[in-house]
Amino acid sequence: MSKDGFKDLSRRDVLRTGVAASALGVIAAPALVRTANAQSKFDWKRYAGEKLDVMMVKNPRSDLLQGAEKEFFDLTGITVSSEQIPEQQQRQKAMIEFSSGRPTFDVTMLALHVQKRLSYKGKWTEDLRPYIANPEMTNPEFDFADFGKAGLSFATQADGVMNTLPHFVDFWMLYYNKELFAQKGVEYPKSMADIVTAAAKLNDPSKGVAGFVSRGLKNANIPVWTSWLLGQGLETIDPATGQLNTDGAEAIWAAELYRKLNKDFAPPGTIGFNWNECQTTFAQGRAAMWLDGIGFATPLEDPTKSKIVGKVGYGVTPPGPKAHHSAIFADGMGISQGSKKKGAAWYYVQWACNKKNQLAMLKAGAGAPARQSPFNDPEGTKSAMFAKDYFDCMADSGKIGRPGLPQIIPVTEFRDIFGVALTNTLSGADPAAELKKATETFKPVLAKSEQG
Amino acid sequence: MSQTTVETPLSLRPGAAGARPSGQRHDFSRKYWVFAVPATAVILAVIVFPWVFTVFMSVQDWKIGGGVDFVGLENYRQLVNDERFRESMAITFWFTVLAVVIPVFLGTAAALVFHREFPARGLLRTIFVMPMMATPVAVALVWKMMFHPQLGVLNYLLSLVGIPPSAWVFSPDTVIPTLVMVEVWHWTPLVMLIVLGGLAGLPREPYESAVIDGANSWHMFRFITLPLLWPYIMIALIIRTIDALKVFDIIFVISEGGPGTASETLNIFLYLQAFQFYKIGYASAVVVIFFVIIVALSLLLLYTRQKSKWNA
Repeated sequence: MSKDGFKDLSRRDVLRTGVAASALGVIAAPALVRTANAQSKFDWKRYAGEKLDVMMVKNPRSDLLQGAEKEFFDLTGITVSSEQIPEQQQRQKAMIEFSSGRPTFDVTMLALHVQKRLSYKGKWTEDLRPYIANPEMTNPEFDFADFGKAGLSFATQADGVMNTLPHFVDFWMLYYNKELFAQKGVEYPKSMADIVTAAAKLNDPSKGVAGFVSRGLKNANIPVWTSWLLGQGLETIDPATGQLNTDGAEAIWAAELYRKLNKDFAPPGTIGFNWNECQTTFAQGRAAMWLDGIGFATPLEDPTKSKIVGKVGYGVTPPGPKAHHSAIFADGMGISQGSKKKGAAWYYVQWACNKKNQLAMLKAGAGAPARQSPFNDPEGTKSAMFAKDYFDCMADSGKIGRPGLPQIIPVTEFRDIFGVALTNTLSGADPAAELKKATETFKPVLAKSEQG
Repeated sequence: MSQTTVETPLSLRPGAAGARPSGQRHDFSRKYWVFAVPATAVILAVIVFPWVFTVFMSVQDWKIGGGVDFVGLENYRQLVNDERFRESMAITFWFTVLAVVIPVFLGTAAALVFHREFPARGLLRTIFVMPMMATPVAVALVWKMMFHPQLGVLNYLLSLVGIPPSAWVFSPDTVIPTLVMVEVWHWTPLVMLIVLGGLAGLPREPYESAVIDGANSWHMFRFITLPLLWPYIMIALIIRTIDALKVFDIIFVISEGGPGTASETLNIFLYLQAFQFYKIGYASAVVVIFFVIIVALSLLLLYTRQKSKWNA
């Protein structure tokens, strides 16, 4: 498609055709790969002697991959020079280096909930479909069909292009303190409305225990609101039409629920809480429930950091009035379009996302892998640290997952503008008025982002 | 009687400094300009060029990853109408006033105390200046942990003396005073050192005369010490003002400009525009406005300092 031709398309057109195209892509690709792999001439040593630069985000998953680099070298003869960079700085580095046209890395991790559209529009990374379909380039044991729907839909662009391979999926769920629930005789909430009822019963400021805790800090607080909004069956921006669902009755309902829980039953100061303050509060037994990503579970079961080891319950986000969804987030790995070692880079990407490494991620408690096979492997769910409900929660959340953030270019502006609006509601502002104002502020930003 | 004419030596004649024996003038301006080239090149490269380029960017609609279009003064027009920009200006002003006045007052008082002789003075002075030596980001992380409303040590200490807990940086009402508290803790020692240096250099004569004239301690402080110290206090004021205006690390680490936008100073606003939203043109316009404010304030303070010199 010519550049000018693309310019003529509206965002709505792209999204509409894209939903269909990506669905077709997801369905068709496994069959394509199976056929291709039947006549495999794949050779792991094809790029022996090459050297790759890999940019990673600092997290336990990167630690695992770095620890296994020698195994990759032994398998392929490709030397990997990888670097872990803290999340925010990694995103800035990716943005600046890709925009410069000469990135210094061959492979990069991307946060798909933030950089999906940006990476596509900026032509950051290669379309991986030709690599996957090429039997000379893809290991016959790669098993593309093993990737879960949640991760694949995140990695697939509106027109079917897959410019990253999903690596990790994070599900938003409800942590709860089983001991506090038992003491008060409270059952796990069966609906979002039940969360309020349970929080009211469990809230005990005289003992320094809050009924509920979640992020209040602007920007970080958006997934809390979008989790509630998903209970109304809506995403903040409709993926099919591109319409903003941010100031309607459902969005106001979600904002009011956000305000009620964070104001009436949360610890003092929750307005400035990010995930780490919430985690500390919950880990010290000072909150009965905590809504956040399951990727933050590991310290809760670490006796050196937590007072509630063995008492943590992992519950799927309860259903809302109209729908039952878990907000999901995902990371992917992509090959830089500017790389001169794309073949070796693809070897690294397929190795990093292979079944063994994805299983290792699950076993280590480093998060939910994008593949399904680790969850079906008894070894994957056999853990000294986590009880069965941890793995059940991940598997069940995956079945009802929907993106927790809109798949647009100005995600950061979206989070900032609506994050401030939500924070203002905790200081007493009217949710309807704040959302209306934020929507009006954001509309031109969104419109401009799709131009040019 | 014959008249003797004494010729003035060549070197003493007016304008002879550059004259050659032949009588031709030596042109310094042509021969020595080359010595100014390195300094000029450095200034052009590291000061003038970035500024000219920033001004150039400020009149473009320039977004990283997007195109570059000339928009004239549109970025400035948008800034004037941007409510968050105006709020951030007010927050910056309020933060700067507090983060300058309090450390200068406390630092001056501390200098007067440490100027006197008393046991363990050296040890206490060393302890007093220690906060200044700590890295701001490390300082901010430690304070952030202490501010936790439920688990922080500060609320625990307050509870020991029967004071109700504070929300510290977790409330829009208390976030600025709390951040100022960190700034005061961190930078009061610098003011103390500057003023202490001034105290060490004060002449003894005015005090001896004052004692003979029957002045008491307050009179000596009010009419001798303070006026003589004023140039040093002005230096501290200038340094603190520039530091407080440009503070970023402590605020970013502790509150990230929140809750909401309650501690979003110009620097945080600028960071968001440039490195979160990648709106380089818009951010450059903020830089230009910020630069004008800093230059104006610095000139005002330098003018005041000139006026406050001992022999002015």
